[in-house]
Amino acid sequence: MLKIEKLNKYFGDNHVLKDISLDIETKKTTVIIGSSGSGKSTLLRCINLLETPNSGVINLDGTELDFSKKIPGNVKKSFTKRTGMVFQSFNLFPHKTALENIIEGPVVVLKKDKKTAIDEAMELLRRVGLEDKRDSYPNQLSGGQQQRIAIARALAMKPEVLLFDEPTSALDPELGAEVLGLIKELSKEDYTIIIVTHNMSFAREVSDEVVFVEKGEILAKGSYDDLTAMHNERITQFLSYLD
Amino acid sequence: MDARAIEILTESFWPILKAGLCYTIPLTLIAFVLGTLLAALVAIVRVSKVPVLNKICELYVWIIRGTPLLVQLFLVFFGLPKVGIVIEPMPAGIMVFSISIGAYSSEIFRAAILSIPKGQWEAAMALGMSYPQQLIRIILPQAFKIALPPLFNSFISLVKDTSLAANITIPEMLLTTQRITARNYEPLLMYIEVGFIYLLFCTVLNFVQTKMEERLMLTPDEKKKIQKINDAQA
Repeated sequence: MLKIEKLNKYFGDNHVLKDISLDIETKKTTVIIGSSGSGKSTLLRCINLLETPNSGVINLDGTELDFSKKIPGNVKKSFTKRTGMVFQSFNLFPHKTALENIIEGPVVVLKKDKKTAIDEAMELLRRVGLEDKRDSYPNQLSGGQQQRIAIARALAMKPEVLLFDEPTSALDPELGAEVLGLIKELSKEDYTIIIVTHNMSFAREVSDEVVFVEKGEILAKGSYDDLTAMHNERITQFLSYLD
Repeated sequence: MDARAIEILTESFWPILKAGLCYTIPLTLIAFVLGTLLAALVAIVRVSKVPVLNKICELYVWIIRGTPLLVQLFLVFFGLPKVGIVIEPMPAGIMVFSISIGAYSSEIFRAAILSIPKGQWEAAMALGMSYPQQLIRIILPQAFKIALPPLFNSFISLVKDTSLAANITIPEMLLTTQRITARNYEPLLMYIEVGFIYLLFCTVLNFVQTKMEERLMLTPDEKKKIQKINDAQA
């Protein structure tokens, strides 16, 4: 289980995350929603330490990081390794082929031998339906294909938690659909997944739990149906805008 | 053109070209390689904000870019012997030109590194890479591609700038020309000739540069970044 306790994050004077506490269950799919600037992406980025919280505790299956103390670099790194991140803008390495993008982490960080890494990467390429693109560079791929490679790159690290930061916001609906389809499949498997998204129909379909973030705080949490049944004016309003 | 002029030009062509092959080109190449290595190190120190060293590098770039190359050459070659440091002309030239290239090109590398989107650092970080791994495996290869055309420009400039080494008695093309001129009293002919040989060198290099840029297969975005760096250098 991923336990977040009293997490605070400031950007200068801006208090972006206010005492956030949240339990995320293993093998479940949690969707974080909220308006732009609510802090939902920052929350996600704190979980893999792309942002360092100012205070609070993150506990992943017994490994505890207390941000009120200084955390050594190697502890951070080994924590980050256990999470996988898929970005809105894909962030594939443009100087590497699809295959090289996928094996980069396993070979360089996990010190796997190259042959094993390639075998596993080919398996992942098949999994995301892009086996024939192994030697293509990112700029030769469509946005949807790039994002699927990015998902394969994250999966190659065998992360315990998969994080998606608005994975389809940079894609047109058609290309987005192929990515959403893939995430949906993953959510049925044994992955612990956290997704930040604006796509409400997708949230409804894929989520075990929805977390509604507003102004750096968690306003509500529960299944999608729970949230709609709450008759909270703000939440109803938010969901109606996006549906 | 009279027969004497033709004779003077043909007689001096080989000695000047030979000075180019024996001094101008080696001086340029060695100084460029050393200077570029220095530049890369300085850029990495500055981008990584290494404490203390960062400030030293900043100071170095400020001083070198703020003083004339000819003054630096004179200082090392004529000035340093005053405090007992005597350096032969060629090593002195290599040293000064390397240090100069190091300062200017460090700004090229720095701009190239800073032009790589933040998302690339983040993607590397998210894989659990250490800072050196992020830099060496992900950022520098992309930055180097962007730095290459501007670096080549500074290489071409250096070919011409080495003519300053005539002032510290390195018998490169200009000094050789001056010496021949002292014998034949034909400065107009001689300086046109040496100018022509420099032009020849630079034209060949420009051709190589064009070919190289074709092979780099730069994206429009990369071209824009390169343009920006070139403009800042000019």
